[in-house]
Amino acid sequence: MTERITREIAAKGVRLIGRVIREEPRLFAVSFGGACLVVVLSISGAFVVGAVVERVIVPMVDRGETELALLAGGAAALLGLSALRVVGIFGRRLGSIYLQLELHARYRKKLVRRFLRLPPSWHRRHPTGKLLSHAGSDLEAMWSPGGTLAYAIATVLLLLGTLTALYTIDWAVALVGTILFPSLCTLFAVFTRIVAPKYKRSQSMRANVSSLAHESFDGALTVKSLGREDHQTQRFTDEVRRLREVNVSIGRTRGWHDPLVDTLPSFGTLTVLVIGALRLDQGAIDLGQLTTAAFLFALLDAPLRAIGWLLTAVPRAVAGWERVDAVLSATGDMTYGEQSTHDIGPAELRFDNVGYAYGTRASVLHDITFEVPKGRIVALVGPTGSGKSTLAALAARLIDPDSGRVLLNGYDARDLSAASLAATVSVVAQSSFVFDDTVRANVTLDRPGIDDDAIREALADAQADAFVDALPEGLETRLGERGVTVSGGQRQRLTLARALVGRPGLLVLDDATSAVDPVVEAAIVTGLRTRKQRPTMLVVATRRQTIALADEVVYLEEGRIVATGRHDRLLATVPQYAALLAAYDVKTGVPA
Amino acid sequence: MIWQTMRRGLALSPELYQGLAGTLALAIGMTAGRAAVPVAIQRAIDDGLRAPDGPDLTAVITICAVTAAVLFVSTICGFLMLRRLFAVSEDALATVRVKVFRHIHELSLAQVQSQARGALMSRATTDVDQITSFLQWNGVVLIICFGQVVVTAGVMLAYSWRLALVVFVVFAPVVWLVRTCMRRLADAYMQVRERSARMLSVISESVVGAEVIRAYDVSARTAARLDRAVDDHRQASRRSSRLTVTAFSVGELAAGAALAATVVVGVLLGVAGQMSVGEITAFMFLVAMFAMPAQVAAEMLNGLQNAVAGWKRVLDVLDIEPDVKEPIDGIDLPAGPIDVRLRDVSFAYAGTKSEVLKDIGLDIAAGSRVAIVGETGAGKTTLAKLVTRLAEPLTGQLLLSGVDIGRVRRESLRERVTLVPQDGFLFRGTLGDNVRFGRSLEDDEVAAILAELGLADWLAGLPDGLDTPIGERGEGLSGGERQLVALARAHATGADLLVLDEATSAVDPATETRLRRALDTVSRKRTTITIAHRLATARDADEVIVVDAGRIVQRGPHAALLATPDSVYAKLHAAWLLQDDAPIK
Repeated sequence: MTERITREIAAKGVRLIGRVIREEPRLFAVSFGGACLVVVLSISGAFVVGAVVERVIVPMVDRGETELALLAGGAAALLGLSALRVVGIFGRRLGSIYLQLELHARYRKKLVRRFLRLPPSWHRRHPTGKLLSHAGSDLEAMWSPGGTLAYAIATVLLLLGTLTALYTIDWAVALVGTILFPSLCTLFAVFTRIVAPKYKRSQSMRANVSSLAHESFDGALTVKSLGREDHQTQRFTDEVRRLREVNVSIGRTRGWHDPLVDTLPSFGTLTVLVIGALRLDQGAIDLGQLTTAAFLFALLDAPLRAIGWLLTAVPRAVAGWERVDAVLSATGDMTYGEQSTHDIGPAELRFDNVGYAYGTRASVLHDITFEVPKGRIVALVGPTGSGKSTLAALAARLIDPDSGRVLLNGYDARDLSAASLAATVSVVAQSSFVFDDTVRANVTLDRPGIDDDAIREALADAQADAFVDALPEGLETRLGERGVTVSGGQRQRLTLARALVGRPGLLVLDDATSAVDPVVEAAIVTGLRTRKQRPTMLVVATRRQTIALADEVVYLEEGRIVATGRHDRLLATVPQYAALLAAYDVKTGVPA
Repeated sequence: MIWQTMRRGLALSPELYQGLAGTLALAIGMTAGRAAVPVAIQRAIDDGLRAPDGPDLTAVITICAVTAAVLFVSTICGFLMLRRLFAVSEDALATVRVKVFRHIHELSLAQVQSQARGALMSRATTDVDQITSFLQWNGVVLIICFGQVVVTAGVMLAYSWRLALVVFVVFAPVVWLVRTCMRRLADAYMQVRERSARMLSVISESVVGAEVIRAYDVSARTAARLDRAVDDHRQASRRSSRLTVTAFSVGELAAGAALAATVVVGVLLGVAGQMSVGEITAFMFLVAMFAMPAQVAAEMLNGLQNAVAGWKRVLDVLDIEPDVKEPIDGIDLPAGPIDVRLRDVSFAYAGTKSEVLKDIGLDIAAGSRVAIVGETGAGKTTLAKLVTRLAEPLTGQLLLSGVDIGRVRRESLRERVTLVPQDGFLFRGTLGDNVRFGRSLEDDEVAAILAELGLADWLAGLPDGLDTPIGERGEGLSGGERQLVALARAHATGADLLVLDEATSAVDPATETRLRRALDTVSRKRTTITIAHRLATARDADEVIVVDAGRIVQRGPHAALLATPDSVYAKLHAAWLLQDDAPIK
């Protein structure tokens, strides 16, 4: 089981590495070139050190006299090597960092564009926190091998180079390397095999901790008002403890791995000394060559860590890749047609035998057929959970029906281009979203052809002009996370203005003024009714006032249209409708 | 500033200091093994390979065997140190996480809501992760560097204080250069973090606002904003990485210079008979080890700054003094129905001058049903929060059954007083779990609660009954159904004072009326305060309290209030009538 997982991770890791190189061949080349330069210089550095010991230090100390030119030459060689190494280091490190930055930027853009293209039904199934971590930590984990890849490959070359270099010195000394290097590789492999599933577990524990915290703070009002702070803290503590257990066990694995990686080359150096001494005694090598061999082993320290890093990064990278890829390859995109409805002015909406069964129980619809003629206002009325919002979402083509058609000006909504659809229909939902931007940008969304007069008019129609004028910088006031906070009712009015300013042919209001008080709502309704160019409107109504505004009422129950007609006719002929509205009926039982 | 934050941050986790001396001793033991190798080389050369009577193999073998033993011990030291460090740092950070989580729940609602979306979650998660990663990666390197510098410096001084001094002198300007670089680096990293925050905010907008962006077909605009933020972030990151690599290179060059100087001065000393060949060679190995800390310093700084930023954010949250505090020696509310009295209560949100409520005086009799009405922004919700102690009055006194609300033990208060907000948050899990969120109940008890509220039919219509999963935040239910569950959850607590803040705004009117009447019937002795924007609610109440611009302007039964023409209530009523009587074309 674990073996299969490990093998799977390894195979994916290799593919991911291939992808890093394919995505950014130039930066990888820079990084790899630099790394190779470093490797070559390291090996030749060992030879230079050996030569300096053999040709400079030993003779001069033995003879007791200094040859300045030779000494300066040796020192200059060491210094020159170091300067060249700096060049290599710049290439290797900047190359690999730029490579990662490039890939992060590219995939962030890809991923978010994907977020933007995936339909609302997909978004509703995926919690915000998860999507954000895809664009953050998952994406960074995915490309983290890019940071050490070039160095690690160069290190493998370094190992081979060192081995070759050792063979040029002496076969017996080289034998030490021949045994040491594979055992190091085995060590890495064993380590990765043990630690990979633990990292995976740690990541999912961390996700649990995050989502618990997220939920708990978002529901702070509920937690507080029901006094469940202790209970929540206990749950959080349990999750944190589970995360801690996994991490400590990762620590135990790293505990034996890291020191072994550190000391194995040192054991190699010692063995080289013993065997080298034997060979020196036999006259096969000289002291300089022995020093070179010893230095070569000492060089391995840092590069070997690069391999270690790469190997520990791979399982996390694969996990991140899987998550990012799930978004990038998610299907179910809405495709848009080419056609556009050229009609200016009010639009016509028709539901033709529409069915919708996807998603949650509260959103099922059957055999929905009705029509909203140009310029008319239709109210959707029904008990809680009867499918009103789903119907509104279908009308605005936020979702597509499973069967039947939604027609706008006679065109199937699916055949319309995105631009035409957006120009024709505007939907205002109960939960209003405000961008981290100015009031002006929030209303216009940078759509072309909207001047200040149009903004003013829309704000006035949405009864938002007074409070916008009262904001510190009026239209230019920044809203959102780093700006001014506005109340729920104010947000709803701003989003209503956002819809109105585009002069849509069809306006879909899904309980869009629920947070606005009745007096203001009455003013909004009056404004909309008396507008010169009144759009066709489909209104999800839970207030009698809004229902009263409608030319016609579509009454829903459990996802089916039960009755259609004028409000007074439905009152008279549909008992459930009458019962639903009875709570509004102020004429009965009110002492006047 | 950095050090102060770090000191305070470390003080959050006293666990880290437990046995710190032991950890450092283990670190020195671990690095001693590394330094043993150059010593072995020196001894092997001087006493073995270049022994006066020709190479002495036994000496070399003995030296290597001893060193191998030292290495073995140092490996064990390393093993023990890492185990300790991991266990200790994980313990410490688990404590910090829980501390932060708990503290955030101690804060008042206004304090929680003044924080940006998702920011609080980061305090208990990613910010702590940054500290963890600093302690477990950079911390290990730091400890090894510390051990390495101490041990190699010691060994170098023992071989030749003169040559050691030369090495130190070569490294002196590096320390200065790296320090200068560090200051610029600190700024660069700061900029990276700022731009990263900006980028994440744009990304979150594209997720949270996905529907709006689609509906208005403005994804090109969002994409352009994103591209700008992503490119800015990349540019800042590039700059900081250039500085990091430069700092690293300075260390590398210094190592080269020190090596060259070692050869020159070493030979001069050797010629003078003050150093052996083995000692000079060993020095060359030691210099390479001595340079390591200078090379990794830049990386350390990044990790350190991230950790300090993490600590700072964690500390900033912990530093927020809860403005609604749990009383010391709190007392329990007397048993029985609760009456509410407000005496000259005023309230203003922190940091604002304008009072949302002004000099409110109000008596609500035990067991009565009161409706609070008024325009948006009149102060109704604030009043609800004060009565449930989700906020605390600025001045004045609020008494529940004669006890100052600030003196009531939290547990007692939450058992007896419950608020149902408009947006009743539901937790992931089943319907049943959400109803019993406030009080543990068996399934049949939960079903009974729902039946009491007349929701038995609704429950029966659900595919899995109480076990129906309601999805993330109750997404599986409609807005109105979510409110039903929130109301049932509050009712289940059996509270004696129930405050409903437009708790049924998304429920259809018929169900709403049914619910309210059911609530009234099953809990006759309960005091109920309802914030209403529907006429029917006000009409049914024992008393209506009209709030306008932070003051109570009218109170009394519905009919009595209507008797005063031109009053605020009369105008509201007119609007309701207009709404309900609008002509239907």
